[in-house]
Amino acid sequence: MQVTMTVNGTEYTREIEGRMLLVHFLRDVLGLTGTHWGCDTSNCGVCVVWLDGEPVKSCTVLAAMAGGHEVRTVEGLANGAELDPIQEGFRQCHGLQCGFCTPGMLMTCRALLDKNPDPTEGEIREAISGQICRCTGYSSIIRSVRWAAVHEASKEEATAQ
Amino acid sequence: MPAPFEYERATSVDQAIGLLERLGSSARLVAGGHSLLPMMKLRLANFEYLIDINDLHGELGYIRLSDDEVRIGAMTRHRELLESDVLAGVFPIFADAERVIADPVVRNRGTLGGSLCQADPSEDLSAVCTTLDASCVIRGPGGAERVVTMEEFHVGPYETAVADNEILIEIRLPRKNFKVGSAYAKVERRAGDWAVVSAGAAVWLDAGRIVDARVGLAAVGPNTTGIPEISAALRGHEPSEELYQLAGAIAARSCDPVTDTRGSADYKRHLADELTRRTLRTAVERARS
Ligand SMILES: Cc1cc2nc3c(=O)[nH]c(=O)nc-3n(C[C@H](O)[C@H](O)[C@H](O)COP(=O)(O)OP(=O)(O)OC[C@H]3O[C@@H](n4cnc5c(N)ncnc54)[C@H](O)[C@@H]3O)c2cc1C
Ligand code: FES
Ligand code: FES
Repeated sequence: MQVTMTVNGTEYTREIEGRMLLVHFLRDVLGLTGTHWGCDTSNCGVCVVWLDGEPVKSCTVLAAMAGGHEVRTVEGLANGAELDPIQEGFRQCHGLQCGFCTPGMLMTCRALLDKNPDPTEGEIREAISGQICRCTGYSSIIRSVRWAAVHEASKEEATAQ
Repeated sequence: MPAPFEYERATSVDQAIGLLERLGSSARLVAGGHSLLPMMKLRLANFEYLIDINDLHGELGYIRLSDDEVRIGAMTRHRELLESDVLAGVFPIFADAERVIADPVVRNRGTLGGSLCQADPSEDLSAVCTTLDASCVIRGPGGAERVVTMEEFHVGPYETAVADNEILIEIRLPRKNFKVGSAYAKVERRAGDWAVVSAGAAVWLDAGRIVDARVGLAAVGPNTTGIPEISAALRGHEPSEELYQLAGAIAARSCDPVTDTRGSADYKRHLADELTRRTLRTAVERARS
């Protein structure tokens, strides 16, 4: 079957099998390997991408289901050479070690900040509770998200003045 | 990856029913896909056709309140149930339950209809709907609709009253002209996991007395179970710790848990007792406030 979807602002049309999962479409068909594939059972969250602006676990969404919809992956976060504040936060506060969970974490945390620009530690923990990091113990991830929140707030203040 | 199948997309409820009629038992609806796709990946289920009903969210994604009932469309997603102030105002049991279902990202996809139709005995929303005495609206060919109770809806584990050419479109929750309180509590092994045992309670009060009360349990029998004996024991009485204790004891002896990796049957009976007391207590507090 043919599927057409917009990924990070670019429209792609490809011939696929109905059973193909979105995570495989992104990685194997489009070559966007930033989205990782781990547990395959909706538990670890390394495959999180946005579907129409909401984080979803792309190992449990058919590529066909995303047809006609908008997908955003970690490759679509940075603005050219300029990192998104959430990426910069992970960099500044050691939010990653091996980096395996990082793309999914970034997508979920970006969505959180879009909805709630000033999340508490508890709210950040709740938002990423469907995601597993084997390296950081989560504390530095939480610090990274806080960094991004504070940074964005001060940037907005600066542009408002 | 699941075994091969043909993908079809429905654009309206009636068109979905048309597809189901044409394709028969070789086809299955897919809503959020968070129960069905994992089962298909594990080869626990195989279908020749999957009919995607996500485009029906416009038609079947809603929470509507009237004086005598709350109607919720089958495609309403977990997140929408959790975030609805209207629903929390009438039946806070939904928000209690949603907070402990899976995780926020899974809740962006999973739907009320998919949850009930999956008919897993540990399903939290089935326990909630049982507690609230919900009716299920099922539509078939020619626009024919029938309404069944939760007891009729769940025929057995993973089996519902929805026929191959039908679709669940709506859940209706009756409202009564009394003060109402409801609550949900669950014991799980880790955050967002399926219940070891969970309980929902709803209590209706008039002049300080219980006019009606219902308890629904998940994971302690072939279906999520409502316990009529508890309702009978509570009606007409003033709420008290002794009464909650009595209800808990009835819950523990009326359920039918099995010993498995989540715990022994005895432990689960103990949880049914304790969670019944806790949710009844909270439900009464909420009805009074
Ligand atoms: C990691 C993880 C953790 C989870 N934890 C919990 C938990 O703690 N508690 C809990 O209760 N659930 C849990 N779930 C299940 C989750 O809530 C599912 O999303 C839900 O059970 C199914 O909803 P769905 O829309 O995804 O259904 P789908 O998977 O799309 O469908 C399930 C079944 O229902 C049928 N169906 C769907 N909609 C209709 C309809 N309108 N009419 C007729 N048939 C229909 C389908 O054909 C299929 O047979 C978890 C899931 C995951 C992946
Ligand atoms: S690979 Fe999708 S959640 Fe683990
Ligand atoms: S950084 Fe290694 S899994 Fe999170």
